[in-house]
Amino acid sequence: MNNKPNKTQKNPWKCGKCGGELTLGMIRASYLGNEFEVEELKCLKCGFVLITEDLALGKMFEVEQSLENK
Amino acid sequence: MEQDELKRQEDKCIQENPPACTAGCPIHLDARKLMLDIQKQDLKSALATMQKKQPFPGIIGRICDHPCENVCKRKDVGTTIAISDLERYCVQNQTTTVKKMKVPPKSQTVAVVGSGLRGLTVAYDLAKKGYKVSLFEKADRLGGNLWNYSEHQLPPEVIVEELSVLNRLDIQIKLNTAITQQDLAKLQEEFNVVYLGLADQSNDVVELLGEHSSVDLVTCATQTPGLFRGSLVGNESPIKSVADGRKAAVSIDRYLLGVSLTGSRESEEPYETKLYVKTKGIAPLPVVPMNDESAGYTTEEALQEAGRCLNCQCLECVKGCVFMQEYGSYPKSYVRQIYNNDAIVMGLRQGNKMINSCSLCGQCAAICPQGLDLGETCKATRESMVSKGKMPPSAFDFALRDMAFNNSEEFALTRHQPGYNSSKYVFFPGCQLSASSPEQVEKVYAYLMEKLDGGVGLMLRCCGAPADWAGDQELFQNSLKVLVAEWESLGKPKLIVACSTCHSMFREKFPELVSLWELMADLDLPVQDPNVSGGKVAVQDACTTRHEPVIQDAVRHILARLGYEIEELPYSKEETKCCGFGGLTSFANPELAKKIVEDRISESATDYVAYCAMCRDNFAAKGKRTFHLLDLIFGTNLEEAAIRPRVGFSYRHENRAKLRRKLLHSLWKEAPQEKEGAFRTINLLLNEKVLEVMEDRRILIEDIQQVIELAERTGQKFVNPDTGHNLAHFRPFKVTFWVEYQSQEQGFVVLNVYSHRMEILEDGHE
Ligand code: SF4
Ligand code: SF4
Ligand SMILES: [Zn+2]
Repeated sequence: MNNKPNKTQKNPWKCGKCGGELTLGMIRASYLGNEFEVEELKCLKCGFVLITEDLALGKMFEVEQSLENK
Repeated sequence: MEQDELKRQEDKCIQENPPACTAGCPIHLDARKLMLDIQKQDLKSALATMQKKQPFPGIIGRICDHPCENVCKRKDVGTTIAISDLERYCVQNQTTTVKKMKVPPKSQTVAVVGSGLRGLTVAYDLAKKGYKVSLFEKADRLGGNLWNYSEHQLPPEVIVEELSVLNRLDIQIKLNTAITQQDLAKLQEEFNVVYLGLADQSNDVVELLGEHSSVDLVTCATQTPGLFRGSLVGNESPIKSVADGRKAAVSIDRYLLGVSLTGSRESEEPYETKLYVKTKGIAPLPVVPMNDESAGYTTEEALQEAGRCLNCQCLECVKGCVFMQEYGSYPKSYVRQIYNNDAIVMGLRQGNKMINSCSLCGQCAAICPQGLDLGETCKATRESMVSKGKMPPSAFDFALRDMAFNNSEEFALTRHQPGYNSSKYVFFPGCQLSASSPEQVEKVYAYLMEKLDGGVGLMLRCCGAPADWAGDQELFQNSLKVLVAEWESLGKPKLIVACSTCHSMFREKFPELVSLWELMADLDLPVQDPNVSGGKVAVQDACTTRHEPVIQDAVRHILARLGYEIEELPYSKEETKCCGFGGLTSFANPELAKKIVEDRISESATDYVAYCAMCRDNFAAKGKRTFHLLDLIFGTNLEEAAIRPRVGFSYRHENRAKLRRKLLHSLWKEAPQEKEGAFRTINLLLNEKVLEVMEDRRILIEDIQQVIELAERTGQKFVNPDTGHNLAHFRPFKVTFWVEYQSQEQGFVVLNVYSHRMEILEDGHE
């Protein structure tokens, strides 16, 4: 998956758990027994992951749908 | 679906059978297509359509005796289409072009004796297939009887021009060559096949063939191998001569290929088509006259005449069903697509969404002259998908969770009437009516307790339809088992159902089943406010009453008693349309469900009355004034009732739970325990926009409450220092919900919600 969050648009969020900054990183995800990596925001310090609306309803949804039809 | 079942379903659909004109034409010209070509003013295409079947369109188009017109469907509503005159129009206005031969030449040789239409056709057909053809004519020109037509009808230059194609096909033409018995023997030695196109001059044939002159009428073969002849004697019809030649050409080709001459030749002769064409409701139109008979149709006249063609199709089911229209085809091809989809072992099942989008409402079966039920196929396939573990989870998960809620302690309830310890009846309002108008459930229950003796128990729960529709038979049967046990605990009372879907689910299981409407039709109705009764309403029959005329009649009876004038929608009663809820269409394909509603509500400007809560809500949600029958029966504030918005998913849960608590409290004097869960105390502030987003994305208040409760308790959230917004998530089951919110004194303002099904596997992500 290569749904990169819009880089020009500054990410306004901070980790509420530890106050850490968020950065783009590869994140492991799974659906229906398939594992893959997604590039998303996560906390530099504690690794807490943020899935944006764009990713959830865009690329993630697409991948979910195609896996469901496999 | 098994292969033979597929075949059986496919064969039922007669849409691909040819129109009457084509079936009735001796060479099966596609006149329907020709009419479309003319309508589009595409005469090149028109000529190509003719040429596909006619060997010499310029000739046939001018002289055909058009048996097709005797059977053309237009005669049921006006006069038969002037197909032949239109063919003439085409060939008068467009010259024939011959495409280059594409087949590789074959070494086998054929001698054709006689160049009337029969011989010409045989020569033409076989040369086109690549055979080496020699054509023998005793006269000094080709064409035989063709020269007997008037110059006006068939100008000599047309004959010459049209027959010049034979040269281009490399046919060896031998004029001034009469064939004697001796010559024939030589031809038989020299050529692989000899064809005698001499049936009209049967003396010649007898002379040539002697006692061997008899011929097989199906194949045109004589008793001598490799010798064929025309099979029609004393024929006056030019088109039949062409057909006779074609028949022989087919046989000769098969003979030279060494395959059976007789196999599957039934549809070569003219026949009666099985294509069903509904002409009811089509305005009759007479044939368009020619301004100048001898000149033929002008373009304008031809356009008008071709425009009368009915473009014969069946498509009866498609006309009635938005789902079928959505996927652009008809059941014959749908069942094949479904079969193929089901048979895929590896690779993408492109058809899943289509299969899950059908409303399983049976309208197609009720309309189809052959009774084909596409819904049955879709349902069986869903069951197969579930059993193979191939049902896409996102399709029906939400509906099945809703069902689980309805069968949980939050809603489910079984009680005798207060003060009774047995029940003669039990009222089963169903989960949708309880969600859409809980107050009406209360009213109906009070009414039934007042009108009926012997105790009217109450059962709140789901009938199991979502499981049945989702193809989960195991879940459905298990749910039914519990339901039956509850019913037995009441002493097997007579079941009164308000919802037609429940009725359709119970039909087989409960012998003593009665719809609320049947019952009310015979009871005193609540006293009506004299000011509100009357007016005209159009009835939306619930699709699950399709085969329940008793219920449909009862509804009309009640309406009549209430003083309403009834309008019947174009598709009603047995042919009624689903509102998009049936088969869980609105869950698997919300966009399609919207179209289904829009289509149905556009059928009449009259206010609708529905007797299913889902029909009412779906129509009202799209702005159609729609009453529930109970609104009219218990008639208060009808103006408001007609436009009452749909109750959204979150409040449906709440309404059901409240109804249960309220009834327990007011009727049975029980104080049910409030449900556990800290999240339930989270107060949400929701505006219209967010509620709409929640509805679209099927996210419930309780889902949001859980996200916020967890985030606030654990601090697991993201914060935006500039705005003070929070963003948090929670995964209570196979869906992760995300909520953006802001905390305020009175509660939490919900700003946005979304979800995904995929699971994040990072350590820091709980
Ligand atoms: S109405 Fe048109 S398609 Fe139908 S039979 Fe007549 S010519 Fe053929
Ligand atoms: S109604 Fe539909 S399924 Fe039935 S024959 Fe016609 S096109 Fe086929
Ligand atoms: Zn952190």
